[in-house]
Amino acid sequence: MDSVIFTVIRRMRFPLMALTIVYSIAVLGFTLIPAQDASGNPARMGFFDAFYFVSYTATTIGFGELPYPFTPAQRLWTIVCIYATVIVWIYSIGTLISLAQDAGFNRAVTRRRFRKRVRELTRPFYLVCGYGETGTALTRALIHRNRMAVVIDVDPQRISALKMENYQLFVPALCADAGVPTILREAGLKHDRCIGVVAVTDDNEINLKISITAKLLHKDITVYARSDSSDVEKNMESFETDNVVDPYETFALHLAIALEMPCQFLIHRWLSGLNIEKLEEPVYPPATGLWVICGFGRFGKAIYSRLKVEGVGVIVIEATPDRTGEPAEGCIKGRGTEAETLKDARIESAVALVAGTSDDTNNLSIVMTAKELNSRLFVVLRQNELVNQDIVDAVHADIVMHPSAIIANRIRVMMMVPLLREFIVLAKMQDNAWACELASRISALVGDEAPDVWEVCLKCSGLPGDRTDPVAVIRALTDKQTVRLGHLMYDPHKRHDKLRCLTLLLKSEHGSTFLPKPETALSVGDRILFCGSSAARDDMEWTLQNENILRYSMTGKSRSPQRIWKVLAHALGVRH
Amino acid sequence: MNPNKVFFGFFIVLALTLNFGFVVGEIDRPEHHHVYEFFAVIVVNVIATILKLGDRTQMGAVLLATSLVAVLQLLAGAVVWWAAIYVSDIGMTPTVTASIVSLASGAVLANVVSVVLLIVETVTVRR
Repeated sequence: MDSVIFTVIRRMRFPLMALTIVYSIAVLGFTLIPAQDASGNPARMGFFDAFYFVSYTATTIGFGELPYPFTPAQRLWTIVCIYATVIVWIYSIGTLISLAQDAGFNRAVTRRRFRKRVRELTRPFYLVCGYGETGTALTRALIHRNRMAVVIDVDPQRISALKMENYQLFVPALCADAGVPTILREAGLKHDRCIGVVAVTDDNEINLKISITAKLLHKDITVYARSDSSDVEKNMESFETDNVVDPYETFALHLAIALEMPCQFLIHRWLSGLNIEKLEEPVYPPATGLWVICGFGRFGKAIYSRLKVEGVGVIVIEATPDRTGEPAEGCIKGRGTEAETLKDARIESAVALVAGTSDDTNNLSIVMTAKELNSRLFVVLRQNELVNQDIVDAVHADIVMHPSAIIANRIRVMMMVPLLREFIVLAKMQDNAWACELASRISALVGDEAPDVWEVCLKCSGLPGDRTDPVAVIRALTDKQTVRLGHLMYDPHKRHDKLRCLTLLLKSEHGSTFLPKPETALSVGDRILFCGSSAARDDMEWTLQNENILRYSMTGKSRSPQRIWKVLAHALGVRH
Repeated sequence: MNPNKVFFGFFIVLALTLNFGFVVGEIDRPEHHHVYEFFAVIVVNVIATILKLGDRTQMGAVLLATSLVAVLQLLAGAVVWWAAIYVSDIGMTPTVTASIVSLASGAVLANVVSVVLLIVETVTVRR
């Protein structure tokens, strides 16, 4: 049974006892004290009358002296009873009220309510552990796409921030340590609707523990975890954590792609960026010349090794090389915030600067000093905290690396559009010219708004990325009609207009087709990746869900009327 | 010695003894079964029930159940008594008395179970 009910009962035990004893003494007194009836004959009050009288006196209702006017002896006893019973009542009610204000009790009540709400979830949901910058961005993205989420965070301020957020859907949230398996279970880890666990707390160890717990308690669940160190990452992968994200590695890899193939990088950013961003211009990091890296922490190391692979000359500046280690050819000791150190690193002749320490103020200072010395520098800036957004924007770095945003983006892509990863892998095999052409096609479709990427799944409910199934298309396919890819891309209002979108990938049981042609016939079980404007996405939803519109798209004929209208039309002699 | 346990045991045993005392006598003779004794039985039984509230153990749950049975039986007896005097005006006839006493005897049985459980619990704690 519940600890809440037990706490109430336990705390009320003594007040209830006191009530019982005082009541019984009062009742007993009235039955013992001699009374008089209406005509003055001696009488005794029965237990029933006595209990009736004490009941209304104790609760200060006071109906008067019943059944007959009282004798002085009875009145004396009444006085005693009034004070005794009323005090006991106040005491009992006071105990209840103090219980309601008790912090421990309130925590138990909140937890119970949380458990109940999680238990009652009927739609698939994700369990988000950690509501920091990453967790917030992910929860927002999930709710935006009409998916449910349950949130745990150890910091009460973050939980109250979530409550202030006013999401469209109700997000059950609990302030507790996600590293404790019981808490995870209460948050619905073993719930059959729980489709994924996202471990994005600030603490690597806790993320690791969440991943282990999730894998042990719910075998089929997908786990997305953040890891800032390769040790933890390897550890997580050893027990098959599905998706481990290391923000520094991820970014370094992107940078390496940008060095070689700017358009590839551009496409990658456009497709996996959040919808709110504007379409950006491509960046061209210099692939030849000297790079200066300030800070040889996890971020600096990741970039350093990537740049080495690309064959770029690198000079590292690090304030505490004895703690962080240093590259094979040594490093320049210093913080990089002062001109001397930067000059030692030959900043005047360098082509690019990476401000990669874990302190935003230092990073900004490095960038400003370096730009004074060499204004043509290509600047890569690491942003550690979201609150510094304004000043980070003000220095106009060429690339800003924000770990939380990178993790949030990657996990969001993996959850919502799993096909996109596959597409990106295939795209990487193409050359830069191909990527530039694709980029110009996309920008022709969407103008300067950021492209939306979505996945259409022909009957694969239960997959983490699915939307509601496209019922109309599935029905048409099971009726042995031929639905072609192009049919889905007509404007549902005017068939001769095409929606502003293009198909990136088609995955069927025969394999994946890269950039499939509109004539491709679809079959049940196919998954299609689209890219285009948000309006096109909403319009396509019509075609996918509504049979009449699908028929219009396929045949060009306007929707055929329902049976009842046919009968009515016939009866009225109306002709179509 | 735990003073709480003394208190607890005292009320549970008192509930049984008073209950037994009320029931003893010929079943249909009102003069053998006094109303004050009945009142005392009800009060002590209610107190015993409250004392058993909020115990999370298995033993605690069974103890609470027996007490609830006893209180219910006794309250049923009280209602019969009340109805005989105030509602139907038949007074304490042998039939009425017999039914009140038999209900109270049921409560005795429940109280016996309660005391037996208490003894069992005490015996299993070896200190």
